[in-house]
Amino acid sequence: MSDNDSEVERVPLIELRGVKKRFGAVQAVNGVDLDIHTGKVTALAGDNGAGKSSLIKTLSGLWEPDEGQILWEGKPVHLRSPKEAEALGITTIYQDLALCDNLDIVQNMFLGHEVVRHFTLDEGTMEARAKETLSELAVTTVRSIRQPVASLSGGQRQSVAVAKAVMSNAKLVIMDEPTAALGVSQTATVLALIKRLASRGVTVLVISHNLNDIFEVADRIAVLRLGRVVAAGPISTFNPEVIVDYMTTGRSERVSANPSIATAGVQN
Amino acid sequence: MDNPLTKTDQATAAPAPDTDHVDTHTDAAAVGLIAAALEVLANSLGEYVRAWVKRIRNGESGALPILAGLVLIIVIFQVQQSKFLSSGNIVNLLVQAAFFVLLGLGETFALILSEIDLSVGFIAGVGATITLALLSPSYGWPWWAAVIVGLVACAVIGAVQGILITRLHLPSFVVTLASLLGLGGVLIFLFDSFHGAVGGVISLPTSGPIYNLVNGNMSASASWIVLVVAVGLYAVVSIGRNTRRRARGLSAPPLSITVLTVVVAGVAGAALVIVCNVNRGNLVPLSGVPWVLPLVLLVVVVWNLLLTKTRTGRYMYAIGASPEAARRAGIRVQRIRTVAFTLSAFTAGLGGLVFASRLGSISVGYDGSTYVLYAVAAAVIGGASLFGGHGKAVHALLGGVLIAAVVNGLALIGVSTAGEQIATALVLLAAVTVDSLVRRRGSSTTVQ
Repeated sequence: MSDNDSEVERVPLIELRGVKKRFGAVQAVNGVDLDIHTGKVTALAGDNGAGKSSLIKTLSGLWEPDEGQILWEGKPVHLRSPKEAEALGITTIYQDLALCDNLDIVQNMFLGHEVVRHFTLDEGTMEARAKETLSELAVTTVRSIRQPVASLSGGQRQSVAVAKAVMSNAKLVIMDEPTAALGVSQTATVLALIKRLASRGVTVLVISHNLNDIFEVADRIAVLRLGRVVAAGPISTFNPEVIVDYMTTGRSERVSANPSIATAGVQN
Repeated sequence: MDNPLTKTDQATAAPAPDTDHVDTHTDAAAVGLIAAALEVLANSLGEYVRAWVKRIRNGESGALPILAGLVLIIVIFQVQQSKFLSSGNIVNLLVQAAFFVLLGLGETFALILSEIDLSVGFIAGVGATITLALLSPSYGWPWWAAVIVGLVACAVIGAVQGILITRLHLPSFVVTLASLLGLGGVLIFLFDSFHGAVGGVISLPTSGPIYNLVNGNMSASASWIVLVVAVGLYAVVSIGRNTRRRARGLSAPPLSITVLTVVVAGVAGAALVIVCNVNRGNLVPLSGVPWVLPLVLLVVVVWNLLLTKTRTGRYMYAIGASPEAARRAGIRVQRIRTVAFTLSAFTAGLGGLVFASRLGSISVGYDGSTYVLYAVAAAVIGGASLFGGHGKAVHALLGGVLIAAVVNGLALIGVSTAGEQIATALVLLAAVTVDSLVRRRGSSTTVQ
C-alpha cells in the first residue's frame, strides 16, 4: 500500500471529473471519475457496452464530452480533435492498428511525420531512428525493417504500432484490446512490450476484458459498468473474482468484507 | 543471415524473451509472406537472386510476366512479318507507345489511390485541341504559351474532378464517366468555335517544337551525350546512395545488383540509340532519336521520383492501401486525392500533345473513349493493381510499349480494326489472368 500512498501525492497525468457523453437516448458515459497515473499501466475493464470505447474516444479527442472536466497534468484541457489530443501527447492504438499493408515498417512508423531533407524523404535518417526505437523496445523478431507490414505476424504488427506511438513522443498511450486477436506467445510479446513502455516512463491505458492479461501487466485497474467507474485502485487490492463481480453487478459482496478495498472502490 | 539490425538488437536486448521469433518460423502464413520481402534481407548477389526466384514462386512476380509477354508478342509478329523488328518500325512503335505510356502514367495515379479516371482520353484531346488552335495562324500564339494554356486547362479539369470527388464524396467512376461524356461534347464545341478548325481538323504548323516532338530527331552525337550523362548520373546517384547506406549500417541491396542495374540501363539505352541512328528513310535519309522518347522517359523518371521520394507520393500509396490509417496519421487525404487527379489530367495533357504531334493535327473525330481504355489497360497490363496501393511509373511504361506492340504488329500484318481491338482485349485478359493466377498460387501456398 506504500506504493499507493506515494501516488496520491503526485498529480495524475490525466484526471476525469464527472465526464458524461450521451448519444440520443443512450447515456454512453455517465459521470466517470478516473485518475490515470504517470508511468503506470492502468487497465480499463468492463463488459461489452460498459462504455470503454466511448471513454477512450473521448480521451483521444474524437468527440467532446457533454459534461464534466478533463485535467491534463492538473490543468483543465479541452480535447476537441485527435490532433489536439496528439499535441498533448495522447496516442491511441485501435484494434485495427491503422497500418498500411503495402508500406514497410519504417514507412509506417513515420507515416504523417516523415523526415524531409532537400525536398525529398530522408530514408536514411528515418530508418536509423526507427531501428533505434525498435531496439529500445526490444522488438527483435522482425527480420528487416524494410519488409512490408503485410508480411508481419499479429504481434509484430502490434509492436510496430506501439513503436510508432513511442516515436511520436507520446506521454499517454491508449491501447484498445491489444491482445484480442493474438495467440499465446504473441500475447506474451505484446504484454512484455507494454511493460517496457511503462518502464520508459510512458503512461499506458489498456482496454481489455482478458483478466489474465490485466493481472499480468497492469499496475492499476478501473472497472466500468453502465458508463460509470464502479471500482478503481491498485491491481494488488483486487482479485479476478472481485473484478468479475464488479463488471457484472457493479458491486461485490467479497469486497465489503475488506474495508481497504472498499475505499479503493469509492475513492475515485 | 548477416543482417545488421538483428545483430545489434540481439546484442542490446539479449535478455528479452524471444517468443515471437519462434512463431515466425512455425507460422506458415508468416513464412510464406516474408518470402515476399526476402530481397531486403539479402546481402550477396547469390542470396539476392535466390530470394528473387523464391519471390516469383510465391506470387510476387513483379515485371516478369509482362517482359515475358512482350518477348512472346515480338517473336510472334517477327515470324509473321520480318519488317516488325526493322529500325524504322521499332522507332514507329516506340513513338506510338509514347501516347499510351503518358495516358497510362496518368491513370496510374488514380489506380494507386484505388480510384479510376475514365476521363484521361478526352482530357488529352481537349488539351491538344486548345494548344493546336492557339498555334494555328488565326491565333498565332508562341508555342510555349499555347502549351502552357493547354496543359493548365487539363490540370484544371483534373482538379475540378478531384474536388467533386473529395468534397461531394462522389465515386470517381461516376465523376470521370461524366467527364468522359461531357468532354466529348466540349471537344466538338471547341472545333465549332475555333477559327483555326477546317473541316473538323486543326493542323499543326509543320515547324516548331510541338511538331518536332515526334517528327524532329536528335543528332547522333547529341543522343550519345544525353545517354552518357543520364546513365552516368544514374550510376553516381544509385551507387553513391548504396554505399552511403552501407556505411550507416542501413539495409541496402548488394552493390553488385546496383551495378548490374546501371549496366542494364546503359546497354538498353545504347541499343535504343543505335537502333534510332540507323537510316530508316525510304527516299531521303532519316535517322536519330525522336525528341519524344527522351521526354517520355524524363516524365517517367520525374513521376517515379514524385511517387517514391516525396511525401505526396508516399501518402498516395498510404491512402490507396488504407484511407483510414492515412487519415489517422494526420494526412490530408482529400487534398492528396485532388492532387492525384490533377496530376493524372496533366500527364494526359502531355499525352495529347504527343498524339497531335504524331498525326500533325487533331480532328473532331478524336476517340477519347477508346484511348482511355488503352490507358487503363496499359497501367493494368504493366502491373498496377485495380485495388489500390500498388503501381509504379515504370509499369505504365512497360504496359504502354506492350499495347503499342500489339496495335503496331497487327496493323503491320494487315489485321482489320475489328481484329486489332479483339486482340488487344485478349492481351489485356491474358495479362490480368496470368497476374491473378500467379497471385492466387502465391496466396494458396502461403495460407495452406
